Amino acid sequence: MTAAATVPRRLVGSIRHGDRALATLSAASVVIILAMLVIVLGDVVRGGAGTLSWEFISASPTNGMTAGGVFPAIFGTVAMTLLMTVAAVPAGVATAIYLTEFASPQSRVARLIRVSVANLAGVPSIVFGLFGLGFFIATVGKAIDTVAFPGQSVYAKPCLIWSSLTLAILTLPVVVVATEEAILSVPRELREASLALGATQMQTILRVVLPEALGGIMTGTILAVSRGAGEVAPILFTGVAYSLPYLPTHLNDQFMNLGYHVYVLATQSPDVDRTKPQLYGTALVLLFLTFLLNLVAITIRSRTRRGSRAAR
Amino acid sequence: MSAAMSAALAPPRPSRSLKRRPALFERVLEGAIRVVALLSIAAILLIFVFVGREALPVLTSAVVHREVTFWGLFAPTHQGGEALYMWQPVSEVPKYNVWPLVIGSLKITLVSLVFAVPLSVGAAVFVSEYASSRVREIAKPAIELLAGIPSVVVGFFALIVMATWVQTAFGTEHRLNALVAGLGLSFAICPIVFSVSEDALRAVPRSYREAALALGSTRAQAVMRVVLPAAAPGIAASIVLGFGRAIGETMIVVIASGNAALLDTSLGHSARTITATIAQELGEVVMGSAHYDVLFALGALLFIATFIVNLAGERIVHRIRRKLGTVA
Repeated sequence: MTAAATVPRRLVGSIRHGDRALATLSAASVVIILAMLVIVLGDVVRGGAGTLSWEFISASPTNGMTAGGVFPAIFGTVAMTLLMTVAAVPAGVATAIYLTEFASPQSRVARLIRVSVANLAGVPSIVFGLFGLGFFIATVGKAIDTVAFPGQSVYAKPCLIWSSLTLAILTLPVVVVATEEAILSVPRELREASLALGATQMQTILRVVLPEALGGIMTGTILAVSRGAGEVAPILFTGVAYSLPYLPTHLNDQFMNLGYHVYVLATQSPDVDRTKPQLYGTALVLLFLTFLLNLVAITIRSRTRRGSRAAR
Repeated sequence: MSAAMSAALAPPRPSRSLKRRPALFERVLEGAIRVVALLSIAAILLIFVFVGREALPVLTSAVVHREVTFWGLFAPTHQGGEALYMWQPVSEVPKYNVWPLVIGSLKITLVSLVFAVPLSVGAAVFVSEYASSRVREIAKPAIELLAGIPSVVVGFFALIVMATWVQTAFGTEHRLNALVAGLGLSFAICPIVFSVSEDALRAVPRSYREAALALGSTRAQAVMRVVLPAAAPGIAASIVLGFGRAIGETMIVVIASGNAALLDTSLGHSARTITATIAQELGEVVMGSAHYDVLFALGALLFIATFIVNLAGERIVHRIRRKLGTVA
């Protein structure tokens, strides 16, 4: 009787031990990952706060990038991201509408599109850079020049439009996935009610489904903007410039970019200590643009997800 | 019976009257949507074709072959009876041997996986098995936020801060090295390994856990012996996808690895990856030169490798998502 009682107790003790160990270890992993996030953010904010000023975000760099501001880089990043959004969002939303509303579940084409979207999301960003150079500049740009501007180099060179379009393809999957998820969460009853009232399929999509899915489309758009604004590798050879005396005003102008600015200051500065304040300041501005947007998008998404789960 | 009469006797076709023909605008819009939806397929094909086209001369062009052949990329150069594996494209006798770059990429990727996989899978176990729903709803998006830091900022952080830590802790020979780059890279792959693993764990039916607990096992035993094995394919997929992400990541490694193309396995030495090589050298080569074509060939190899890796990973992920009911 006593033996039977002691053995389980000892067993229970060691088992409890193991149980707590796994809980603690796995909780520690979460804490470490979150600490990584906080440390990076904290370091950039602390290092950059001192540099941040009205002059820094409104002036051009001076004195070999050791003083002045980063306005041209902010301008270039925003211009590039806007153009990218104009191209990526309609295409991404259209793809999601096709996948959810038009394609039958067994459709081979739809499956191929899904596989392509998933794979596109995994293509290394530097490969997008090569693609932009080989396709947009060396092929499309060259064709435009041959037809419209014989003998000149107007579009067959790195410039704003090619960088934006390269990034649009890179961010397409982000928009498609977020929009598809949002459209799928629109209840079928809403569609059926609309169709029963005599609306066509297109009217149902435009007036019932899309307005309901607007939150998801916004999330996708913000995530795409945040991703695109932070990418550097795809624009290295497709349009970015280290330093320009003018702001880009045409689609075929080169442009400055915050991420590229960080890269150049970090790797090619002859005197790192002198450029350090500028470097931290630029990284902070970039983080503002990308990370805050990301935070907003993820907050919206987790809210809507929670909402739809509660509704179910 | 005349033709006119038979036409009159035939029942009226219902399609016109019952099913309203959509307006022209709607038909055009639907057509446009169907065409635009093909864009992602086209994009994958175009990437393949146009990166491949610039890389093709490495296989075919006699001009390029004067400097290097495709097999020459993998074979050593001989100098004074010694076999050398060197990447020195800008020298009197250009040397294009990809092994230093491949080793560099693998070395740094391995370091990042060694750090990121246990952390991310551990975090996924906590979020799916232990966390209350309130904690989960904060922890999950917070970890995913890590993906929202631009890689150039992570690279910059690795350069300025982590390199100093690593040198203080390990006394590494070079300040920028494979270890620093790998640690920085783990920031980029934690979110993907975490979210795929977490999906995989959540897709394990609750009845498995309940059965294990009912048989008297503790929660830890249920997780280690039942849930994790059941989720193994998904966790494997998360590692595969993390590998694909890591080997293709550019900005972190170009900033933090030191970029010396050395053929060695030491983590404390500078290393140069395939991606960093393309990023640093393509801006300075003449379009159409052998060096230019070789860099595109590296990109094409990278594209094919990540394509295969992602295809394998996504297949498993798709199966898991279907179980979870998040895709049709």
